[in-house]
Amino acid sequence: MNAVTHPTGRVRSAAPLDVARVRLDFPILARSVNGHPLVYLDNAASSQRPQSVIDTVSRYYEHSHANVHRGVHALSQEATDLFEGARRRVQHFINARSPREIVFVRGTTEAINLVAQSWGRPALRQGDEILVSHLEHHANIVPWQMLCEQTGARLRVIPMTRAGELDFDAYLALLSDRTRLLALAHVSNSLGTIVPVRRFIAEARRHGVTVLLDGAQAVPHMKVDVQTLDCDFYCFSSHKMCGPTGIGVLYGREALLNAMPPWQGGGDMILAVSFERTIYNEVPHKFEAGTPHIAGAVGLAAAVDYLEELGLERIAAAEHELLTHASERLREIPGLTLVGTAAEKCAVVSFTLDGVHPHDLGTILDHQGVAIRTGHHCAMPVMEFFGLPATARASFSFYNTHDEVERLAAAVELARGMFA
Amino acid sequence: MDLKDLYRDVIVDHNRNPRNFRAMPDADRHAEGFNPLCGDQLTLYVKLEGDTIRDVSFEGSGCAISVASASLLTESVKGRAVADAERLFATMHELLTSPEAAIDPAPLGKLGALSGVREFPARVKCASLCWHTLDAALHSQAEPVSTEGNPAEWP
Repeated sequence: MNAVTHPTGRVRSAAPLDVARVRLDFPILARSVNGHPLVYLDNAASSQRPQSVIDTVSRYYEHSHANVHRGVHALSQEATDLFEGARRRVQHFINARSPREIVFVRGTTEAINLVAQSWGRPALRQGDEILVSHLEHHANIVPWQMLCEQTGARLRVIPMTRAGELDFDAYLALLSDRTRLLALAHVSNSLGTIVPVRRFIAEARRHGVTVLLDGAQAVPHMKVDVQTLDCDFYCFSSHKMCGPTGIGVLYGREALLNAMPPWQGGGDMILAVSFERTIYNEVPHKFEAGTPHIAGAVGLAAAVDYLEELGLERIAAAEHELLTHASERLREIPGLTLVGTAAEKCAVVSFTLDGVHPHDLGTILDHQGVAIRTGHHCAMPVMEFFGLPATARASFSFYNTHDEVERLAAAVELARGMFA
Repeated sequence: MDLKDLYRDVIVDHNRNPRNFRAMPDADRHAEGFNPLCGDQLTLYVKLEGDTIRDVSFEGSGCAISVASASLLTESVKGRAVADAERLFATMHELLTSPEAAIDPAPLGKLGALSGVREFPARVKCASLCWHTLDAALHSQAEPVSTEGNPAEWP
């Protein structure tokens, strides 16, 4: 099975999602904004949560909370079981080999910073090279720049095309015996491009290059299998996949994690401490100093349950239909330009509208109850590439409807009328 | 809270046809304003004659609120004494940020059209950027100005 099951592929056998029913699972979708039913199209920034996740977090606090890995009392054991159960749930979700390969962190950003400082700082030397791509989120650029300052390594950038696809030949030309790391987005947050990461990883492997994938925009929308991908590190955030904020996952190959020094020191990451010497705990606890976000992990596991129950393939298929509809509908609007037209995309539609600045568009849409993101989407090099200060971005989730695509288009047309 | 309170005709007009929208090669003072989160960016130029603002112009790009605010600014401070312009800056700042209408917009003329911005907290920084940039220009401040790091402008 492919790690990335593209929605145009082998998914037709499953019955389509019953979106009307799915929407009932998300209490926030019933609310109004500025006098209109909410149309939430800012899912790439953060998704909404189903009742099951909200209830799981509440129940944890109401019924099971204590600190983990510490006491012998019943609640501490219960909380520990839930927390470590969540780790195994995540392990199976992305098909990691062992729960020791799952490190709970605050989110994708922290996961990347952890790898930069714990793997990269001891490993990299002057003249070594780190490859990123032009479509990265700042979270997959800045930690490497900081690492370059610390080690003398050099950041090199895989170019992209006007469609927002990566130039594979240019990547091949950049690979050399100086290349130590490939740090790549699985899916672009600003353009929606699905990067064909397996091709990139296969070449990196041939050159002995370590690979990190930023999966923040991929995990909520497609089946991800870290063994099939054959990456060394995979990072993602709970809040973009219907789980709580403040928690995310670093997957790392166990051998690599074992060889890495701890990142932060404190409780929980140690076996024994004296003033002369500290013995660190085993992975993954070596990387989880301090009391973790227990409720977050438990809620994330509930989100994984929810997504798997719906089925990632059905989710991908529903979202692909929304993408097709939105792209076609918005293209009909005079003066509207889609930014990011890769052949393989997740349901992210970035666009500009002649004569209307994205921020004005965002305010006018908000007044129609339509929530989109406007700005540089934490991807300023992407904006610079297209010569734009900002774009408007509608990003869809499986709970969005085709009626909402029409509401979006109508609101954009209203904005156009106001400034025409 | 009506959208028309934000995008009043004066604002839409000044966005479409910004006044004094040009570089000023012989300016006595200039300053940069930049809100990186928004992407709003402007350069404000001032020509002085003694203590009087003889000419003022701007260039840049941004949302309708930021462009219209800068355009209105140039119209309203041209010919004013520097100290008078500084007082107007303080008044505009209060107009844009004070939660209750402590400022009567009527005497402000066209600038009063910006009073609706207060109801849209996320957009206050767009309207105030040019005023902080004017202040920086009058004080010959070399560092670019931003209203995104200023808690007074935070939504």
